[in-house]
Amino acid sequence: MPRVDAVNLVEKEFLLPGNRLCPGCALSLAYRHILKALEGQAVVTVPASCLTVLHGMYPVTSVTVPCVNTPFASTAASATGLVAGFKAMGRTDLTVVAMAGDGGTHDIGIQALSGAAERHDDFIYICYDNEGYMNTGNQRSGSSPLGAISGTTPLLGKREHQKDIMAVMEAHAVPYLATANACYPLDLYEKVRKARSLQGLRFLHVFTPCPPGWGFPFADTIRIGETAVQTGWNVLYEIEDGVFHLSPPSAAVARKGGPKPVREFTATQGRFSSLGEDKMQELQDWIDARWERYLARAAAGHQ
Amino acid sequence: MAKRRKTREAAGEMLDGNRSAAVGAKLSRVQVIAAYPITPQTPVTEALSEFVERGELPAQYVNVESEHSALAVCSSASLVGARTFTATSSHGLAYMHEMLHWVAGTRLPVVLACVNRAIGAPWSVLNDQQDSISQRDTGWIQVYAWNNQEILDSVIQAYKIAEATCLPVMVCYDGYVLSHTEMPVDVPPQDAVDRFLPPYKPHTTIEAGNPKNYNLVTLANPRLNADGVLCHGYMEIRYLLQEALEQSTETIAAVGREFGKSFGRSYAGLLWEDGMEDADIAMVAMGSLAMEANVAADSLRKGGIKAGVVGLRIFRPFPKRDLVRVLRGCRLAVVFDKSVSYGNEGAVGNEIKAALYGIDTRVAVRDFIVGLGGRDVKARELADAVKKALASVEGGALSQEKADWICEI
Repeated sequence: MPRVDAVNLVEKEFLLPGNRLCPGCALSLAYRHILKALEGQAVVTVPASCLTVLHGMYPVTSVTVPCVNTPFASTAASATGLVAGFKAMGRTDLTVVAMAGDGGTHDIGIQALSGAAERHDDFIYICYDNEGYMNTGNQRSGSSPLGAISGTTPLLGKREHQKDIMAVMEAHAVPYLATANACYPLDLYEKVRKARSLQGLRFLHVFTPCPPGWGFPFADTIRIGETAVQTGWNVLYEIEDGVFHLSPPSAAVARKGGPKPVREFTATQGRFSSLGEDKMQELQDWIDARWERYLARAAAGHQ
Repeated sequence: MAKRRKTREAAGEMLDGNRSAAVGAKLSRVQVIAAYPITPQTPVTEALSEFVERGELPAQYVNVESEHSALAVCSSASLVGARTFTATSSHGLAYMHEMLHWVAGTRLPVVLACVNRAIGAPWSVLNDQQDSISQRDTGWIQVYAWNNQEILDSVIQAYKIAEATCLPVMVCYDGYVLSHTEMPVDVPPQDAVDRFLPPYKPHTTIEAGNPKNYNLVTLANPRLNADGVLCHGYMEIRYLLQEALEQSTETIAAVGREFGKSFGRSYAGLLWEDGMEDADIAMVAMGSLAMEANVAADSLRKGGIKAGVVGLRIFRPFPKRDLVRVLRGCRLAVVFDKSVSYGNEGAVGNEIKAALYGIDTRVAVRDFIVGLGGRDVKARELADAVKKALASVEGGALSQEKADWICEI
């Protein structure tokens, strides 16, 4: 597949202008490019989440692909049902896409997701990660970072690190998994396209900055997403059949001497306003250690 | 009104209740099965797995990791247009609770076999009906089979009813008492079932370029769509679910009659009756307990008490009209419940009292809680309960505040 650029990107829009997400929401941007990469040949199944809000209120939606809403814990099981139904009916025309937030993936949805991955069910699972329960007004999730203030960690900030969902999914031996970032839409687009060309359970983790939840101005979404990559907060890579590759945006960070201090990322957001020096250092150490692990794997992958 | 058959026609295969349910699903040509093992339902899932692995049933069998996922798989597969089946018991059904509401709200014709088992705490794997009764408000049709033939026949009818009404159907039968007890069952030939039950024609579509979005957030009030057409609000959609349940009584009866014409066993009534023509006292029960009540009624009649038996075959929609018709001539209805609405009384007893409210004759109702957690229910105990109830009515009490529990406290 030739690499995509702004010229050969699918022109048709499957997410029409105007939806109910907050201004500056990275999810709109991510979803627009995900649907383009699928060329509309997909059915999406969605749990209670910000994506439900994006899809609108009955009887009006700005999304032009069919959608099956499903209760919070059941995203992956719903996708399995769609796959089984299509197989039973002898249909192969649509790609089944399950798409949930980090709460719906790392926390309440992990049992169904684990089951589907273990069975090698044939669909793409996309977790858009805004690092908290943002649809319900910002509460702590399994993906909220250390030190982040939220509605349920209001004064002290979260006391634990993020759950490493990529490691969890890799342990299921899925054929393809990748991280992406809404603020690098062409990289995201490529990964969805690649996932679409493969079979089995394909897992994508998409970093989606959240202006109200994280406490930054609506206009800064892209800058925040880019800073996340430059500081190693968000590392973009693919693991295909067990082989690890850093993706171009993170490979460029590695080439240019490594990530910037994580402080440059946290300083931009209100959620880290109560982060003390000790927690800051703990975060930095955690990010550094993870970065080294990725670099080692990338080097091994290229041998 | 259907009469309970006391004698059986030509004996068929010896099948236990679970095998009867699995064979019923196979004969219905189910296309997607998703289930999670739980005692005493497991033999259903094992039998269906075997049918699929042997190539006798060309279905997708999904070995899910939980009951919640089992029903989520059936829900979405049904939306695609596949005929779907699942089976569970007790805690499994409780774990499905959220999805039960969801499937009914989506108006999907999923069929579920519930092998009735007590619910914890404390743990019990034995029979009562607390599991399915606890799900009575989820919008599912509930059928209670009294023997294994009825289990098989009810599963086949369930698809016809579900697909005609766009409602899910739960076929309930007593754990162990039926699930693990073999009885002769007449297994109809596949071609006859095919004639009775044609392939599912779905009312839902999922296709590219058609942005149907199932179960979007829906406001309380009606709202205009993009073409300016006023569409239902949440409350109208929910009203339609209730209306469909209410109207399904006619479909259930019509399908039961048609089944009778095709297979010689009619299910035209929502109730079974035995000896009610001249009955002074009605013994009311659901599921296999009605068989035990028949034995008790016979012994009561020998003692000069004119007792008859009413077995509820359908619990949802609640057969109010039929119950009023059959009970209004009685002086006393003695209801035996294998479940409790905790803090109140037995569910069937409670609902029968409500159904009789406002009619022009006075029927005393007594409610007995029996058989919880697999406690053996003897015909003699049922007969004694009737005598006790009769004595209290003759003592002048029309109603009593509490249900009687047939146990050691």
